[in-house]
Amino acid sequence: MLKVTDIHTYYGNIHALKGITMEVHRGEIVTLIGSNGAGKSTTLSTITGLVRSKMGSIFFEDKDITSLSPDQIVKKGISLTPEGREVFPALTVEENLKLGAYIRKDKDGIQSSFDRVYELFPRLHERKKQTAGTLSGGEQQMLAIGRSLMTAPQLLMLDEPSLGLAPKLIETIFELIVSINQQGTTILLVEQNANMALSIANRGYVLETGKIILCDDARALQENDEVRKAYLGDILH
Amino acid sequence: MVTKKRWGERMVMEQLINGLTIGIIYALIAVGYSLVFGILRLVNFSHGSVYAFGAHMSLLFISMEFGIVPAIIASMIFTGMLGIAIDKLSLEPLRMKGSKPIAALITTIGISYIIQNMLMIVFGSETKSFPRLFNYGTVRIFGVNVGSTQIAIFFISLVLLVALTAIIHYTKVGLAMRGVEQNAKASYLMGINVNRVVTFTFFLGGVSAAIAGTLVSGYYQMVSPGMGFMPGLKAFSAAVLGGIGILYGSVIGGLVVGISETFAATYLGGSYRDAVAFIILILVLLVRPNGLFGKKGIKKV
Repeated sequence: MLKVTDIHTYYGNIHALKGITMEVHRGEIVTLIGSNGAGKSTTLSTITGLVRSKMGSIFFEDKDITSLSPDQIVKKGISLTPEGREVFPALTVEENLKLGAYIRKDKDGIQSSFDRVYELFPRLHERKKQTAGTLSGGEQQMLAIGRSLMTAPQLLMLDEPSLGLAPKLIETIFELIVSINQQGTTILLVEQNANMALSIANRGYVLETGKIILCDDARALQENDEVRKAYLGDILH
Repeated sequence: MVTKKRWGERMVMEQLINGLTIGIIYALIAVGYSLVFGILRLVNFSHGSVYAFGAHMSLLFISMEFGIVPAIIASMIFTGMLGIAIDKLSLEPLRMKGSKPIAALITTIGISYIIQNMLMIVFGSETKSFPRLFNYGTVRIFGVNVGSTQIAIFFISLVLLVALTAIIHYTKVGLAMRGVEQNAKASYLMGINVNRVVTFTFFLGGVSAAIAGTLVSGYYQMVSPGMGFMPGLKAFSAAVLGGIGILYGSVIGGLVVGISETFAATYLGGSYRDAVAFIILILVLLVRPNGLFGKKGIKKV
């Protein structure tokens, strides 16, 4: 579905991605794990076209999307729920979701997306007339995911959905991610919380300083000693 | 005694109406500053010249005997297109290059002079006379005779301000404008073509400037290439006064500036007219640094 080949991305003189190659297949949950500054968010930003890679190519559904603009990439069916949620604070919950459906013209489809999002997140339905800035962190995260779903994505990319949330809420969010996946949306998940991410993912990539150092089944990564030591907070005896 | 008091009251009333007339025009111009500032965090200093351009377009189309209303509509369209051209040819390339905000600011000042000079080349630098618009005699309101021109100016401006507000609050593109204003990055991620939204904003700014320029010209019955300078500065201060980026703030700022300068000119003398807008601006900013209705910590995302 998504095929990223040897992308190199720079921020000024900083060589942030040094040749990332990865693949996501339809129906999967794939996770990118790695420490802070490893290039996880940059990888997602490059796929969405928010930042440009200097080299390499990105194919989605066998079409080259490497040089498309962010709005064109959304239209192809890729949506990113950015780190830090980035909701529109002074707009209501409903208006935030409406902007998610900005590119769509199918009225019935938009309505059923609204229904689906409100079904997944009943909280958002209760607060639909409230401005997004007044929501709690967890609610804003739900709104950010809901807003992405309103674009009717085939591939949903989530950047640190657990960031700053209470453990109980993190569990809820992860359960929701699984059910979104079961409803047919492919997911690429970036997480600091590698344990949680690997527990719901099919496969995982491990990033270190802009390079992929490991790629395996999620279960195998969970059992890999190096990964456990570096990212799962496991102290080996 | 009684007649003197009556005379005084009538004078106040008359000046209030004069102030409202000029104030609502400032409001129209101020809204143009506010719209662009809201989205780009950029003070578009070419706006005063866009306003002068609108007045000249109206003069051109009126002299071609289009009829007043079609002439104004044509001027709105052409001036709106000038707004689009300014953004597409100069500001968008700067944004794409990620240049510093100061570069865009200086560019708008440069464009302001380019437009003014083009107007001089095409129309001549002298002041030209403009027909009095909507001149159907006077009406008595609150014991004062008010010209139909003033009434027309007030209501046309009001209708336009309401229309602008409706566009921003009840249409899809308006929702996108508010989205871009609050979070440009998230707007990209929603698939919004941010550049197109910005361009549309410049179009709206041009349209409102064209109406303002035409109404002012129809009121004072004259047009000149440099006519946008003072009203542009005053409307900018009106926008800052109300809280730049906030539409109703700009409207109230415009009315405050218009009314206070009219009273200053009447009671303190004509030479105070131009200074008073800025004096009020400074006083308000000392007490409320973000303007009357401004929110704290406006930041470009």
